[in-house]
Amino acid sequence: MDDWQPTASLATLRERARLLAEVRRFFAERDVLEVETPVLGHGGSTDVHLDSLSTPATTPAGQERLWLQTSPEFAMKRLLAAGSGPIFQLARCFRDGEVGSRHNLEFTMLEWYRPGFSLDALIDETEALIRTLLPAAGPRRRRRYRDLFRECLAVDPFTTPLDALRRLAGERGGLDMHDADRDGCLDLLMSLAIEPTLGREGIDVVVDYPASQAALARHATDAEGDRVAARFEVYVAGLELANGYDELVEAGEQAARFAADNAAREAAGKPAVAVDWRLIAALEAGMPEGSGVALGIDRLIQLALGKASLAEVMAFPAPRC
Amino acid sequence: MASYSTNEFKGGLKVMLDGDPCAIVENEFVKPGKGQAFNRVKLRNLMTGRVWERTFKSGESLEAADVLDLDMEYLYNDGEMWHFMKTDGSFEQYAVDKRALGDNEKWLKEQVAYTVTLWNDNPISVSPPNFIELEVTETDPGLKGDTAQGGSKPATLSSGAVVRVPLFINEGEVLKVDTRTGEYVSRA
Repeated sequence: MDDWQPTASLATLRERARLLAEVRRFFAERDVLEVETPVLGHGGSTDVHLDSLSTPATTPAGQERLWLQTSPEFAMKRLLAAGSGPIFQLARCFRDGEVGSRHNLEFTMLEWYRPGFSLDALIDETEALIRTLLPAAGPRRRRRYRDLFRECLAVDPFTTPLDALRRLAGERGGLDMHDADRDGCLDLLMSLAIEPTLGREGIDVVVDYPASQAALARHATDAEGDRVAARFEVYVAGLELANGYDELVEAGEQAARFAADNAAREAAGKPAVAVDWRLIAALEAGMPEGSGVALGIDRLIQLALGKASLAEVMAFPAPRC
Repeated sequence: MASYSTNEFKGGLKVMLDGDPCAIVENEFVKPGKGQAFNRVKLRNLMTGRVWERTFKSGESLEAADVLDLDMEYLYNDGEMWHFMKTDGSFEQYAVDKRALGDNEKWLKEQVAYTVTLWNDNPISVSPPNFIELEVTETDPGLKGDTAQGGSKPATLSSGAVVRVPLFINEGEVLKVDTRTGEYVSRA
């Protein structure tokens, strides 16, 4: 058995350390404060498509169930509400069941928040960060979610009838999609048909997602009058690198989305996840408006070092942990 | 019967799909942004050899297929079935029909060990070893003076296979042949 050994070479791990130092320098130069927040929390991500790990823990309150974070978003927003100003974190995150050449059960997220930044300003800064690690990346293109579907698949994610989307998704994937919802069909088509084409010539920034895929982003209206999420995703070489939001700051709306998420989880036969009431309280106290982004730093390092899989830039991926 | 969930899929795993036993060739986890997760899976249908590409919702599962690969020695053909015997000392025999044998009939030689794939204890396919030594039973005589200088001709081997061989090969010689490509390798 040689599976005690790292899957990344030691030379790669040294390069990884150098790139992480560059990331820290990038933020130091911009006066963005590095913070550390807990991996464990009383509340977890309620997102219906994220499965959280949890653990029993003995705390001053007795025996409790604590959730491992899927991103450091909640705790960082509490810091913003407390008046931290711009902050970033290289945070270890956990997502149950996510294992593959581009996923690992635990991974490192580079997440940062910019009070007062518009989504466009944060897109610019995200591009600058990516170019720090990928100086040879091609030009940036801004692509609307609906235009990608129109061009690649000749359908419109907002207006094409659901039955037509189900048929197309079923054909593309070779599976039964007759009872899938609209987002399920769009997710499948995005994964199979569109993602592989993105970021092939440079940095592709996808914007104007359907409002139903907003998660913790604000809603907005696109040029055609449809409700969209004020959110962007960045793709390079077919890999999704970053996910940014014009952050939702209304406590009531946030609490309603948590509740809707948990209802959707229950409908899908998944366990409900405890809601982070301290985040709601922080939003009630007042979080400054602004934008934030989460970037999968392992993937960016993979691209920067020209490696074919995450395992080549991680010491011990899930099968060897 | 046991079943396997998408997160247990890995190369070589045998599962049932559309009523046929399949071997998983490749499994890729895909998930867009904040969306739903899927697994893109390539499977080889063990009945037909064809490779299927299917997408599954993550967490879906497939029934396990009771499939075994066993080493067996080829014994004889009774006019309808081809008979093989396990090489584990049990002397247990299996009769293989034409459908399971497929194109590999032309690589059969007595006392050679083949991989016989069993599904629910029935043979569904036979794989020859990568290289096999067979005698030339029929070929045109080599032309004088035309020795190692390129050129080839067909030769029929004792198993019935026809392969291209160099012009200097004669009837009665034993050749080493690559069964995967059907190409002559060398004199044995």
